[in-house]
Amino acid sequence: MPRRLLACAALALAAGTSIAQDEAIPRFKQVDSMEARVQGCVTCHGHEGQGTRSGYFPRIAGKPAGYLYNQLVAFRDGTRKYAPMNYLVAYLPDDYLKQMAQHYAKLRPAFAPREPSTADAATIDRGKTLVAAGDASKQLPACTSCHGAGLTGMEPGVPGLVGLRPAYIAAQLTRWRVGERRAADPDCMRRIALRLSEGDIAAVAAYMSLQDPPADPSPESTNLVRMPFACGSQR
Amino acid sequence: MRHPLLVGVAAIVAIGLGAAAWVAMHPGPLPAPPAAAMPAAKGAGRTDATTKMIERGEYLARMGDCVACHTEPTSHAFAGGRAMATPFGNLYTSNITPDDEYGIGLWTADDFYRMMHTGISRDGTLLYPAMPFAQYTKVTRADSDAIFAYLQSLIPVKQKNRPHELRFPFNKRELLVGWRTLYFRQGEYQPDPSQNAQWNRGAYLVEGLGHCTMCHTAVNMLGGSKESKEFEGGMIPNQNWYAPSLTSNREAGLGDWSLKDIGDLLQVGISHRATVYGPMAEVVYNSLQYMNDEDTAAMAVYLKALPKRDADALPPSSARLVEPAVMESGQKTYLRQCAVCHHSEGKGYPPHYPPLAGNQSITMASPVNSIRMVLNGGYPPGTRKNSRPHGMPPFAHLLKDDEVAAVITYIRVAWNNTGTPVTTTQVNDLRKLLPE
Repeated sequence: MPRRLLACAALALAAGTSIAQDEAIPRFKQVDSMEARVQGCVTCHGHEGQGTRSGYFPRIAGKPAGYLYNQLVAFRDGTRKYAPMNYLVAYLPDDYLKQMAQHYAKLRPAFAPREPSTADAATIDRGKTLVAAGDASKQLPACTSCHGAGLTGMEPGVPGLVGLRPAYIAAQLTRWRVGERRAADPDCMRRIALRLSEGDIAAVAAYMSLQDPPADPSPESTNLVRMPFACGSQR
Repeated sequence: MRHPLLVGVAAIVAIGLGAAAWVAMHPGPLPAPPAAAMPAAKGAGRTDATTKMIERGEYLARMGDCVACHTEPTSHAFAGGRAMATPFGNLYTSNITPDDEYGIGLWTADDFYRMMHTGISRDGTLLYPAMPFAQYTKVTRADSDAIFAYLQSLIPVKQKNRPHELRFPFNKRELLVGWRTLYFRQGEYQPDPSQNAQWNRGAYLVEGLGHCTMCHTAVNMLGGSKESKEFEGGMIPNQNWYAPSLTSNREAGLGDWSLKDIGDLLQVGISHRATVYGPMAEVVYNSLQYMNDEDTAAMAVYLKALPKRDADALPPSSARLVEPAVMESGQKTYLRQCAVCHHSEGKGYPPHYPPLAGNQSITMASPVNSIRMVLNGGYPPGTRKNSRPHGMPPFAHLLKDDEVAAVITYIRVAWNNTGTPVTTTQVNDLRKLLPE
């Protein structure tokens, strides 16, 4: 079944990439299917969760199911605030949100072409340092130490970052820094965001969005590496 | 009475307060805890008289949808603290868990019944009509006692009540006397002997615990609702949704619906005629999905039998004329974006994708709900009989105001639908009010 889904996804994408807007138009094969049920998501997140042309709507395909589920619950309960999402999922039960999360976690659509970057070389270089090595002087671990060597995330609760666009990455890090976005305690991401300057955020966003996805964009398994901070969403 | 001038001023302020209270009756959608998070009644499973009473009380508390307002989304069920915005400041709901200090732990069944029946709290304060005592007054003493028994059986939560943040003079509860004089009629539901038991049961639930009239009755200029206008629909203040008339077949009048479809809409959230979204989705999610089949049928019988009071005739054909260019644009958008779910002829794929042809909520005079749905999309509530609802995506970021107006105009007049055109301005006005 997963393999068939993958094949469908690949086919759908091959047909859809030529007309960019088509990825945002509802379509499904059978009314009684998850594909039909999640049509409520497609105009922003794309037909296969690959994202759409709007820079702010994130790619959700292939992110760990635990992460996606935590976000859906947080949107429903209002602990993560984004009015259009809060409205859409307000009256959906846990089990269904879990199935939606699992649906998108399994999909592996192709990545959208990268946006050209306007960042200067020094910014991109700073971004590369933070992402790959961190900054010991600010007690910042490398992004890759939790989000995976290929930035594809880690099961069950750490999101993949590859394929996200700079506007989204910068906006989320900023929200985390000012306390508008939170995760389960201990909130490891908040500890990190508080140590990032605005310049650091711009640098990380610019560098990350230039990275090519690895051949296998699946999240890393849990506990392959020791994480620098304890994270509530990994428990 | 000794100071006529003061009484006059009080009455005027009370009218304003009535408006505030009216608005306060309608909180935003509750990102509610799932049903499972509702604390289970202590003693569930045992079948003594107390158990039976508590279980009945739990059921009735769900029918009254107490949890929706008396719960702050991220906190304990029934512990209150939920803000209800009004133009005059915030009201905060109270803790109704049986905590001796902050809740209703020291209340008696008499105190509770007096509150439900008269809107007067244990300490004698007058309740703001955000608490639907104008409807709950119809609840019988036995049902009130059962709800009280259920609430007493919950785990007490030590959570202090948050004081209301109403500005002067709206913070003066004495002014509620004026509102009560104008709009409150005390009294338990009296069965209508000319109707059968099922109809009377439906009437009791709809007019009492269900407090349906709080949204489905137009609010007059004085901020209250008149009995003569009951169920005739109106805009829900602060929420930008239109609660359709239940007495007009041009709106949500159910006269020509099957009892099965009415029951499904209420209990399942979807039906072959229409689907619930927005504030009604909240009601189904928190309350009506738990209604048993017998009560669902009773409610359907009562609602179907509501007298027809179609105020306006069908709009004349001149009012339904649409510029060919608009029709063409609307049809183009419809076939490209909408037809996959709603069918090229508007038949939908009921009950999962609602029909648009012959759908009263599409053709009724107010296009507000249709505009909202196209801009923001929506999911029906996930219910016991439809746990994985099909959703509609937002189009706010894909369609411009004139395209939204054209496609809604198209669905309002195509397929022999009897609606009238929608203007770009109407779309733009709503877009500015809605979450982006």
